[in-house]
Formats: sequence, C-alpha cells, structure tokens
Amino acid sequence: MQKALKPGERNPGKGLPGRPEKFTTLSGVPVETLYTEADLKGFAYSRDLGDPGEFPFTRGIHSTMYQGKLWTMRQFSGFGSPGDTNRRLHYLLAQGQTGLSIAFDLPTLMGYDADHSLAEGEVGKCGVAVSSLADMETLLAGLPLEQVTTSMTINSPAAIVWAMYLVAAEKNGADWKKLSGTTQNDILKEYIAQKEYIFPPAPSMRLVVDSIVFSARETPRWNPISISGYHIREAGSTAVQELAFTLRDGIEYVEWVRRAGLAVDDFAPRLSFFFNSHNDLFEEVAKFRAARKIWARVMRERFGARDPRSWRCRFHTQTAGCSLTAQQPYNNMVRTTIQALAGVLGGSQSLHTNSLDEAWALPTEQTATLALRTQQVIAHESGVAGRVDPLAGSYFVEKLTLETERACYKYFEKIDALGGMVAAVEEGFPQREIHEAAYAYQKAVERREKIIVGVNAFASEEERPVDILVIDENVAKHQRQKLMELKKTRDNARVQSTLETLGGAASTDRNLMPYILECVRSYATLGEMCEVLRRVFGTYEEPAFR
Amino acid sequence: MMPDRRIRVLVAKPGLDGHDRGAKIVARALRDAGMEVIYTGLRQTPEQIAVAALQEDVDAIGISILSGAHNTIVPRICQLLHAEGMQDVLVIVGGIIPDEDIPKLKEAGVSAVFQPGASTEMIVEFIRGHVKQTA
Repeated sequence: MQKALKPGERNPGKGLPGRPEKFTTLSGVPVETLYTEADLKGFAYSRDLGDPGEFPFTRGIHSTMYQGKLWTMRQFSGFGSPGDTNRRLHYLLAQGQTGLSIAFDLPTLMGYDADHSLAEGEVGKCGVAVSSLADMETLLAGLPLEQVTTSMTINSPAAIVWAMYLVAAEKNGADWKKLSGTTQNDILKEYIAQKEYIFPPAPSMRLVVDSIVFSARETPRWNPISISGYHIREAGSTAVQELAFTLRDGIEYVEWVRRAGLAVDDFAPRLSFFFNSHNDLFEEVAKFRAARKIWARVMRERFGARDPRSWRCRFHTQTAGCSLTAQQPYNNMVRTTIQALAGVLGGSQSLHTNSLDEAWALPTEQTATLALRTQQVIAHESGVAGRVDPLAGSYFVEKLTLETERACYKYFEKIDALGGMVAAVEEGFPQREIHEAAYAYQKAVERREKIIVGVNAFASEEERPVDILVIDENVAKHQRQKLMELKKTRDNARVQSTLETLGGAASTDRNLMPYILECVRSYATLGEMCEVLRRVFGTYEEPAFR
Repeated sequence: MMPDRRIRVLVAKPGLDGHDRGAKIVARALRDAGMEVIYTGLRQTPEQIAVAALQEDVDAIGISILSGAHNTIVPRICQLLHAEGMQDVLVIVGGIIPDEDIPKLKEAGVSAVFQPGASTEMIVEFIRGHVKQTA
C-alpha cells in the first residue's frame, strides 16, 4: 500500500502498471500529485479573486450568476437554403432554446454568391446560403427579432451580412436600438486559425473598426464583435495559446478602435468573447476564470477604462468539435456533457453543446435536440447552476488559474515585442505555435500517451449507428435560380450606382457601413459587394507553410 | 527495390474551406518520414492542383477536404490527372468523408480514403506500399 502524502510532498514516482509515467493536463501542462495550501503562498482573495461581480471578476461577472439568470442556450444552426434554416430556428425556439445562432455556408463566408464557380459543391453544405437581402428576409421570417438575441458566425464579410440583418429587421418593423445579438466579426483569428479571410489585414481591420464604431452609435445593444478562441483551439492550440491569442486579439482591436477616435469606455462594454471547452474539466475552468481576471486588468491598467462594464469579459462557450470522434459516436454525448459542465462551472454567458454526429456531418434535428437537452439537464437537474464559482478555493484550480494567467502574459510580451498581433500574424508566429502544439498532440495520441476512447483504446468494430444529415444538391440549383430572378427584377441601375459609391468610399477613410447599407437596400448581392471591395483592397495569401 | 529518389507528395487543399490542421499535420508527418512534400496552400482549384502535380512531378497526391464538397471536387481532380497522363500518380483523400461516398471516390481513381481518427503512420505506410515510382 502507498503511504499517504504529506502536505507539500511532491510526485512520489511512478504509479501502478498501466498508469501514465507523468501526469499533465490535456494541453500538456505538468500537474502534481497533490495540491495543498503550500501551492498558494501569497495568494490574496481580494487581488486574485474578488467577490463575484467585483474586479477582477475571476469568480464571475455577476454577483448571483445563474441564480439570477441562466446562461443563454444558443445552439449554432444553419444548413441548406434560407427556408430550411428558418424552419430549424423556429423548431429550436419551440424546444426551449433561448437564443439564435446562425451558421453560414462557405461561399457566404468567403464572399461569393451561390452562382459563383468557386461555390460549386459547397452551397448550403456547412451552413445556410445567403447571397442577398432577399435570402436574409427568408432566413429571418417570423422570428421575434426584438425579443431573441441572434448571433451570426460571419467574419470577412461580416459588415455586409450584418447590414443585411439590420435592413431585414427594419423591414420587419424592429427598432435597431432594441436589436440584440452578436456578429462574430473577428478577422484576426481567421488569419491565425480558421483561414476564412478575403482581404489583407489592414483593410480587414478597417471593416471591423467601421462596424464597431457604427454599432456604438446606432445599435447600443449589439455586440459588434465576438473575439474568438474557439477556432484557435480547434486548429490544435493549447488552452493557454487559445486564451493568450484571443485576449491579445482583443487588445489589438481596442488599439485600432481607439486610433479611429473612440474613447475606450464608448465601445469596450460591447466587446464579447468566445471560447472553446475541451475535455480537461479543471484546465478549462481555470482558463475561463483566468480570462476574466486578465481582461479586467488589461482594460483597467493597459487602457485606463473607467466604466466597470468595460472590465467584464463576457463570453460564449462552445464544446470542442475537435474532441468528437467518428468512431463510437455516442461517446461524444458524454464528452460534450463534461465540456458543457466546464463551461458552466467557468461562468459562461451562453453555451452551445455539439451534437454526437458532428464528426460526420451537420447535426440532424434529433441529435441537435439531444444536445440542447444536455444543457437543460445541467441547468435544471445537476444543481451546479445554483452555485456561483463553486470550484473557487480549490488548491488545484486556483493554482492552475494562476499558472494559466502567468503563461498568458508571457505570450503578450512576445506578441508586443513583435509589434502587435497584426505584425505577429504576418510573420506567422501564432500559426506556427498552434501547428507545433497540434503536431505534438497528434504524436502523443499515436504513441498512446493520450488516450481517446474508441480511437486508440477500447476500439470496437461496431456499426456506425447514426443517420447523417445530407444536404440536397437541389439547394444549389434553387439558390442559383433565386439569384437569377433577383437580378432580373431589382432596379439594376440603382444597384450599379450604390456599388460604385461603395467602391469610391472604400478608397477613402470614411466609415463604410452607411454605404454597405445602401447597397444592401438596393438588393446588391454579397458577391457583388465583395467584388467591389476586392478590387480596392486586394486579397490575402498567407505566408507559405514550410 | 528502393528507388534512389525520395517519394514526392503533393498535399492539396481544394475547396473554400480553410481548416488546415489535418493537411499540415499530414504534410509534416510525411516529411518526418523522409518524403518530399509540396503543400499547395489553401483554396486551390482542381485545375491548379493538377498543374502543381504535373510541374512538381509528384508520385502521390493527398487531398484534404472537410467541407462536404468532396463528391464534386475529387472526381474532377482525378479526371484532370488522367487527362494529363498522370494515371500512375497515387491519389489519397483525407477528411470528413462518409462511408457511403467512398465507393464513388474509388471509382473515380482514389486509392484510399482516410477518415477521422486515422493515424499519420497509417498514411505513411499506405503511401510507401502503393506508390509507383518511375525510375
């Protein structure tokens, strides 16, 4: 029998056969056998934690957290035609979902209409196809836009798709001042991780700045950006890299908007964040807690923000798509539950839970419903929603939170030394760091140092029992047809003139939002607007991978 | 008999999708296994991929595709390779490819499809075992 460890005593050596030689978090951070008060020397409650709702918000941005209001259950959804997705959105609201989140297809994300040659094979596949205001009107038909909040995952052409949303909402009689929701609009993480970029960094940043400035004036309840670590993690980063690159992106946006003339407290309260939640429960909780603490300090100390709302890191969480396995897909339900629990214990403002079939395809109605039910069970049955930051005071969680914070500031120093995030991206720094981490993880899995149940351990030859959602190829035909009719019936002279005006404005430093809105109102298409901007801004190619 | 020349592989990322984690990991693993790897970069059309394969005189092409557009894009790449007389070039596909799509891809000329969970070792072994190198 093993002797009990004394407080402060370290790893006693190897465990029994079959146990790992060393223990690390999922991201490879070494962990000790036991944590005690000796690990928290110098720890100060008011400096390191603070009460919930108080600076530095480590314990949460609200004093009562989920006792006051549950997180928003916001399932990401979008496929096929705007009509298909509209029906799914209505269905999800009827099932008790409390916020909307729209996924667009790849042509839309890349600024191509459904009838473009590069759109072939991709229309409606990874999300809903939206090429014009007409599609947006169909997509939003009958939805209570002043009551629900809508999140849209759109980045490079975010200003254009947001303008379509605003005009469609206005036509529905909704007041812009009452519209609430989020456009992802985070181009930096596209260069870093997801790679859905169109224009070079500088004009892309200008579009982001224009939309943040416009939003501060016209849509006070809208989050004009969701600064995202989700995709960074999906690309294979560690938890620390996810946190550090995301918050450093946030710093970059604040600097750019301030240079455009806004005071920090005039826009910082509407900045929002988006994180991944992976399998290692404690590592994730530590990351979420560190995120709030670091952002609060950055806003108060680096930028001198005075409004407490500017200090609060509000974030959405999505469970880790990259953790889902194609093998034994029902195991994914269990993974998602653990990850969702981490998101809740970490104090997320909204949450998306992945469906068990997503290593294969977009979810079916049945699996999407089950994913929503997972959140409902956590919210209403598990009891965790009744406590605020229940893991606070755990030697391990507090120590891990401090270590995460420290490692994050180290990355800030490196990126600051490179001249900021835009410069770091152009130099390929975060891309390389992520690739190294992804490769190391893959190797660890192949050496079976990291176990994935059903893949490199406990594998079985079971049948794949899930039905997969298949997107009808007729969606593409239907969307092309719709575009052809639109181009015949709209006032093409007006379209030409609004597009020319947009092109002219793009070459100046004027805010482009009003010009984009005019194009949208004339039913100019997404592809036509992006083409005008491509001509003025040029396009981006990433540094070669060696 | 071991050929003198190292195996040359084109890792290609067609379609509009930018998720390149898998493509880059495979490219790196093939390099670590001693192969010469040319990575096309993102969003290459089938035509660009076929031209790169010809110019680089590769023995194998690995196509990474996660967006669901494989049924449209992969057969076109195979057709273009045939038209250029590159029927000896080994074509493999990796990504989110449902089982039911595999027969059609094989008919089009794909030698193997690596689905989620495949190891880099399996891919290396497959290429070594199936590539037809011209002396």
